[in-house]
Amino acid sequence: MTSIAIRNGLVLTSDGLVETDLLVSDGRVEALGGTFDGDETIDAFGAWVGPGFVDLHVHFREPGQEWKEDIASGSRAAAAGGHTAVVTMPNTDPVIDAGHRARYITDRGRQVGLCEVVPAGAITMGRSGETLSHLDEMWSAGVRIFTDDGSSVEDAGLLRLAMEYVAERGGVIAQHAEDRGLSRGGHMHEGSVSSRLGMRGSPSVAEEVVVARDIALARLTGVRYHVQHVSSAGTVPLLRQARSEALKVTAEVTPHHLVFDHAQVLSMDPAFKMYPPLRTSADIDALRVALVEGLIDAVATVHAPHSALETEVPFEEAPRGVIGLETAAAAVNTAVGMQAGDFFARMSANPARIGGFESQGQPVAEGCPANLVIFDPGTIWTPTAFASKAQNSPFLGMELRGRVIATIFEGRMTYQSQVTAQQS
Amino acid sequence: MKHLLSISDLDRSEIEDLLDLADQFGEVLGRDIPKVPTLRGVTVATLFFEASTRTRLSFERAAKALSADVMTFAPGTSSVTKGESLKDTALTVRAMGADLLVVRHEATGAAARVASWVDCPVINAGDGAHQHPTQALLDCLTIRRRFGKLENLRIGIVGDIRNSRVARSNIDAFTALGAVVTLIAPPTLLPLDLSEFPVTVSHSLDDVLPELDVVYLLRIQLERGSGPVFPSLHEYVERYGIDRRRLEALPPEGVVMHPGPMNRGVEISPDVADHPRSLILDQVTNGVATRMAVLFRLLSAESQEVRQ
Repeated sequence: MTSIAIRNGLVLTSDGLVETDLLVSDGRVEALGGTFDGDETIDAFGAWVGPGFVDLHVHFREPGQEWKEDIASGSRAAAAGGHTAVVTMPNTDPVIDAGHRARYITDRGRQVGLCEVVPAGAITMGRSGETLSHLDEMWSAGVRIFTDDGSSVEDAGLLRLAMEYVAERGGVIAQHAEDRGLSRGGHMHEGSVSSRLGMRGSPSVAEEVVVARDIALARLTGVRYHVQHVSSAGTVPLLRQARSEALKVTAEVTPHHLVFDHAQVLSMDPAFKMYPPLRTSADIDALRVALVEGLIDAVATVHAPHSALETEVPFEEAPRGVIGLETAAAAVNTAVGMQAGDFFARMSANPARIGGFESQGQPVAEGCPANLVIFDPGTIWTPTAFASKAQNSPFLGMELRGRVIATIFEGRMTYQSQVTAQQS
Repeated sequence: MKHLLSISDLDRSEIEDLLDLADQFGEVLGRDIPKVPTLRGVTVATLFFEASTRTRLSFERAAKALSADVMTFAPGTSSVTKGESLKDTALTVRAMGADLLVVRHEATGAAARVASWVDCPVINAGDGAHQHPTQALLDCLTIRRRFGKLENLRIGIVGDIRNSRVARSNIDAFTALGAVVTLIAPPTLLPLDLSEFPVTVSHSLDDVLPELDVVYLLRIQLERGSGPVFPSLHEYVERYGIDRRRLEALPPEGVVMHPGPMNRGVEISPDVADHPRSLILDQVTNGVATRMAVLFRLLSAESQEVRQ
């Protein structure tokens, strides 16, 4: 296996940022400090060198909707975004609700070999909300997070059963928190903009009531419970309360919910049709603060590819969701601007812990698995095209600060930005 | 003015210019031969993806009165039933030589999306519950003809405002011309957030009727909502329907308007609908002149030359 020398970087170690060189060899960080020659050399001057990003929430659309994305193209997008591990959502066709289906995803991910790909398993068969899926089988196949993502489990009794069952293993119940009686198929945030546009809206309270109920169930069952893509400021106090009780409650936020508000929908561009919807500037502020405080543990993109064919329609007819892997780190760095330690905690260490990724999210040290990203927080760039099959991004053409220079997965370079590649 | 997509795209002088022009075309329509050669050789296409009688006919009548040719598209008989997209339909009709597209669609922003795909003017003839700008203009024309102006007139809009594109475009147009607008409806028929609307709100029609110059009734659109939003139709009629008794509670000059189609016996009783103080048929008549004005403005980008 080729060795890689990374020079002049600011390396995130357990003692914080250290300006030092390092050598990657045989899938591990072989040495830190000193001067090294590798088969390949990267100049990381001014850039952070830390654990590769871990995204707990992506849609790779395989099996069933490969025209939107597949595990190979999704993995390329992940690597280009600095990610070394992702959790794919189970809303494929067929749904990931049994062991062999989960194993298909991890096997395909391993064949592609650009990042660790582990599926989340559905809580209920076919995500129908009616009967429990094959939780044990999926656990044996390496699944650690269970969710019916895209639809909340409405039946509290059934959810409680799933929580009790999964809690014993130490698994995570994750919820797309949305009360469908309140959201009623709303296309955007219910508020001043939806009222002006005459568009059906989904209110913040649709999220809050489900999170409140679920936290009560998490308290009862002791399960590890994870709130997916928090969008409402009103969810933050619920997380704070759970934290104060030392419940095992965690949460994620998307980059786009940290950047855009519902006024973007006035453009009628489906690149701003998110699920949950973009809310108000007050929500953005609350989510940013919660991320910095750590009440929201992780950034997750909800990478949701759709083909151009599907988005060349009126807003209300467009599918929900946007891609995000390749702009995640830059968007978070632009919007929130955390120090390296906090940044890598939200982008890598915390999601790795929540998702049970043992070889991810660790501070850089001699002998640690070489799942690394080199991220320059100062570079200004404008995304114009993506490695993903889909291009439905609200960040297209927007100036961002912070760029992935290279991604290393299991000791191999899985991405190198063209600018850097030309220099070396 | 390149397209007419929303009243909010127009300022007061642009609205007044269109109303002045509509007055002139109204005069044309009163002639023995109600037709002018202004748009001879021009083709107007009406693309109505949602059912309509009066608006489509009104546009066609307006186009023909300007000597334009008309292409009509109806989704029931077209390739839309074979799955052709809105974009392809618009591009196809444009490629056949349409010089202007009139678009009605159930989705908010559909006409604006079409305008971004084609290189000719687009008129929004209704998009979801968002806007219906020519309706707002013809209503302004009707009120102006009756009262001479809209400045400081007190207009009450009654009914299903939450689901009404007519309400949204009329609020914009009425207030742009200086009228004072009150929305009157049960809470579940009002927009959820009124912070962006320059209006006052009342839940009691009887309280505000004596202070209104115009009562503008909206159709109860059960097909657009997502389930029943008030307990019973009977209860709605009791509190918000206009009958003879409520007509008489208006000031002596007060009038009743309705964009149609009416639910007689629901928001309006039959005797009020046919009463001399109902301007409902004037609205229909003025609709043709108004649409002539809009077609003329959009199709003669060099309209100054055409005028001379």
